Amino acid sequence: MNQVLHLDEGCSHTRPPGVDEPILSVEGLVVEFDTSRGVVRAVDGVSWSVRAGETLALVGESGCGKSVSALAVMRLLAKPAGRIAGGRIMFQGQDLLSLTEGQMRERRGRDIAMIFQEPMTSLNPVLSIGLQLAEPLKIHMGMSDAQARERSIELLGLVGIADAERRLAQYPHHFSGGMRQRVMIAIGLACNPRLIIADEPTTALDVTIQAQILELMKDLSRRLGITLVLITHNLGIVARYADRVAVMYAGRIAEEGPAARVFAAPRHPYTVGLLRSVPRLDRARGGMLETIDGAPPNMLHPPTGCRFAPRCRWRQDICATDPALRQVVPDQSSACHFAEDMPPPPQPLSGHALAPPNAGAMLLEVKGLTKHFPVRMRGFFGGTATVRAAQDVSFRIGRGETLGLVGESGCGKTTVGRVVLQLEKATGGQILFDGEDLATVSSRRMKELRTRIQVIFQDPYSSLNPRMTVGGTIREPLRKRLGFSAIKAQARVEELLDQVGLLREMADRYPHQMSGGQRQRVGIARALAMEPDFIVCDEPVSALDVSIQGQIVNLLAELQGRLGIAYLFIAHDLAVVRHLSHRIVVMYLGRVMESADRDALYAEPLHPYTRALLDAAPIPDPEVERGRAARALTGELPSPLSPPQGCVFHTRCPLADAQCRSVIPPLREIRPGHMAACIKI
Amino acid sequence: MLRYLARRVALMVPTLFGVALLTFIMLRVVPGDVVEVKLRADGGYVTTEILERERARLGLDKPLPVQFVDWMTGLVTLDLGNSMWTGRPVAEEIGVRIGLTFQVALMAAFISVLIAIPLGTISALYRDTWVDYVVRIFTIAGLAVPSFWLGMLLLLLLLTVFHWSPPVTYTPFYENPLQNMAQLIWPALAVGYRYAAVVARMVRSSIIEVMREDYIRTARAKGVFERLVVARHAMRNALLPAVTVIGLEFAFLLGGLVVTEQVFNLNGIGRLFVEAVSRNDFVLIQALVMLLAAVFVTMNLIVDVLYGVLDPRVRNA
Ligand SMILES: Nc1ncnc2c1ncn2[C@@H]1O[C@H](COP(=O)(O)OP(=O)(O)OP(=O)(O)O)[C@@H](O)[C@H]1O
Ligand code: SF4
Ligand code: SF4
Ligand SMILES: [Mg+2]
Repeated sequence: MNQVLHLDEGCSHTRPPGVDEPILSVEGLVVEFDTSRGVVRAVDGVSWSVRAGETLALVGESGCGKSVSALAVMRLLAKPAGRIAGGRIMFQGQDLLSLTEGQMRERRGRDIAMIFQEPMTSLNPVLSIGLQLAEPLKIHMGMSDAQARERSIELLGLVGIADAERRLAQYPHHFSGGMRQRVMIAIGLACNPRLIIADEPTTALDVTIQAQILELMKDLSRRLGITLVLITHNLGIVARYADRVAVMYAGRIAEEGPAARVFAAPRHPYTVGLLRSVPRLDRARGGMLETIDGAPPNMLHPPTGCRFAPRCRWRQDICATDPALRQVVPDQSSACHFAEDMPPPPQPLSGHALAPPNAGAMLLEVKGLTKHFPVRMRGFFGGTATVRAAQDVSFRIGRGETLGLVGESGCGKTTVGRVVLQLEKATGGQILFDGEDLATVSSRRMKELRTRIQVIFQDPYSSLNPRMTVGGTIREPLRKRLGFSAIKAQARVEELLDQVGLLREMADRYPHQMSGGQRQRVGIARALAMEPDFIVCDEPVSALDVSIQGQIVNLLAELQGRLGIAYLFIAHDLAVVRHLSHRIVVMYLGRVMESADRDALYAEPLHPYTRALLDAAPIPDPEVERGRAARALTGELPSPLSPPQGCVFHTRCPLADAQCRSVIPPLREIRPGHMAACIKI
Repeated sequence: MLRYLARRVALMVPTLFGVALLTFIMLRVVPGDVVEVKLRADGGYVTTEILERERARLGLDKPLPVQFVDWMTGLVTLDLGNSMWTGRPVAEEIGVRIGLTFQVALMAAFISVLIAIPLGTISALYRDTWVDYVVRIFTIAGLAVPSFWLGMLLLLLLLTVFHWSPPVTYTPFYENPLQNMAQLIWPALAVGYRYAAVVARMVRSSIIEVMREDYIRTARAKGVFERLVVARHAMRNALLPAVTVIGLEFAFLLGGLVVTEQVFNLNGIGRLFVEAVSRNDFVLIQALVMLLAAVFVTMNLIVDVLYGVLDPRVRNA
């Protein structure tokens, strides 16, 4: 506690008399960008405010103007394209827009600090951490080198970076993503700011690291009385950390109010849709997610009237007139004509269950798969080291079944997928597809098998050929591999487009003319073209927005039900995996930690790592979150180049003891069909 | 860092050897040799016998591999041989001229870089304003104008406007710095223009790129003065690509000097090179090429070192 007291010394913050007094209020903000295709109003009359000591979450899908409105508060919009075209930004009773650039600069970093999304690029690679940390201290507080150094060491300690003194001399590339974000937080805290704006501070991080960072931010803001504006697209984070929430849609505020209330009784169809379309960790919902149809509007030509109208199920004639943001119940506002009659809160849907797996009919059997990559070490006499990307991984997938493969970055899940696809040769183990070992079949046979095994990639932007039309992309394998005639191929392309929910006319479009979700549908259509038995889906929805993600997840589930395709579904999002999978394999540092049927795994996770993963992922429901203990896994993900001895998880495991360091726990069947690799169970 | 440097230095040896081999082979493939040129120039009747004898004297009758090994042995023991034309030691021929050429080259490089970095920076920061347009016109002209032409223009200008022409005889710097400068500044400017233009354009584009980086936004969000954002946060990153260009373009600069020395009537390495080539003086040509290669490789080493200084990621590799 000493540190905190020390920190507060000399800072003159006292809580303002009226707690209701907002410390920051954005009023009618309009931001415009000049683009080659005309002026874009990225933010169009947005108002929100945050009271001292509160945490406000700004949520919404990609491109809705969250970052832009935050950057406008800092007056850091990209110049010369961006400009604030209207509104006021009141901070501590003063309009920030009326300040000179010099006065504004004095406030940046001193009164308002900002933390950005990309920890890997947000720190200057050629300047030492010490210098970057000391900068605001010297500029705003006039500290000497020695004072700044002392304070920097204190700050690094505060954000949980050990060995601070030595770390100051290091450069960003010595730090992992999570560590860099801690440094960013330390920089933000440096001058005891009143307000911190964090723009997606954990989006680029693994879920256990995300939990660490957010816990740290919450803890520090409470202890130091800092007001927090948290920008995110993750509703779970909102539920866990926010007091208030403002939901943005297409450059406007759709709804605003206390987080608990907005989640319990949303007053805008968009909020309702978002809450219903997000898969939830705590609910065994097989079947379909509810989704919001369509995609957000093009901000170059936003629809007149209610911007959500084209996607809204409650739409009426009156919606052609613009609904103003108005208070619906005390303290909660919505921009919908029918806010008063919003439907009841999202209910867990029973839905029809997933197609039951065709028990017994085995399709893919992976036995003891091992994959080592030799990597050249840097330096003159570097030699090589080995990355054990996958060690003794085994699982089975039946026909028409989905196996979910989860884990944090670098755990080897993509490697397993690539080996199954035979894009990499396994170092050891067997991959039996329909009884044939893929590693030893002749290349002619492999060619035939390849049509039955397809893949869908994570990035819908880079996985399609930009110079080929959508139709061409789907047609190519039909003509070349299956020898379809032009007419037959054309008919099949149309059929496939229907199947994945694209319009037939879209066959003539190029990838850049489609949205991310549509591109992912093209990727799925291409995979379906071969009528495969099995598709490897490598993070197929992680680059997509919540409402679009729901659409794709539904499509995959529907196709499985109809065509009986089996999936290897690789993802880091436990909620999505829960939604789609029959069985789940959890990996950590190249090894399987646990494997079980879906419901068994979520109801009774056995392995400490699985439990940590589940604890770390926030659930989009403040009620539920309040009842959950916030337990963040400590420590960093070890380097796969030198994984820990014994149990690879022992460096972070809360149960670890000396024994864990010496034996590699085998994967044992603890209950029927439920395996875990831990000696303590 | 030390290891990194050791590796770079070690890599210089095969590079230089490669250059030596290539030069050697190319010179032998081209028809004609110094003996013919020299004896014909002396006039009179030349018998095959005389040619052969002269060749034997210069060692040109030995098998090529032997000639190469001889030359290599010489290089390693720093014996560059004698000019086939004048018979004087090559080291001496080069030695008397090298000071002048290097002085011009270094002056050109120094002035250019000193002008180019601020020019490129200002141009980037005032992008798409008249300042930027002026700089861009200036730099495009620099790429288009050949240095010898610019040299002639300069001479003409000095003569017609100031009724002054640079001194003709070379005065070493240590004898009379002022007179030395008055003579050499003009060729330096003439060859340096292109250099400055290339570097300024590089600096401009890399500053524009760097100013879009996330860490620049971070620096601004900390309340760092805009001047410091540019000087501390942008410059060091932007200079990385610029340093490469500065190093590589130095070779071009020396190339430009070959002609410019003729224009300014300077007896430097460039002039020597032209003469050596026109006389097929293999020994001298080889030595000069190796000299250039050594300069080139050294510049590369300096670039690498600067990279290490500027970029901690390289330093710690
Ligand atoms: N420099 C710019 N020039 C032109 N348009 C821009 C610029 N920056 C942002 N925009 C536009 O402003 C709109 C809002 O962007 P913003 O970055 O605020 O979205 P966001 O809500 O933060 O989305 P994300 O979740 O993807 O970060 C988008 O339509 C975007 O294309
Ligand atoms: S105003 Fe109409 S279209 Fe807009 S959200 Fe409300 S009901 Fe839907
Ligand atoms: S074996 Fe030990 S370290 Fe590994 S998960 Fe079990 S308790 Fe933790
Ligand atoms: Mg954003």
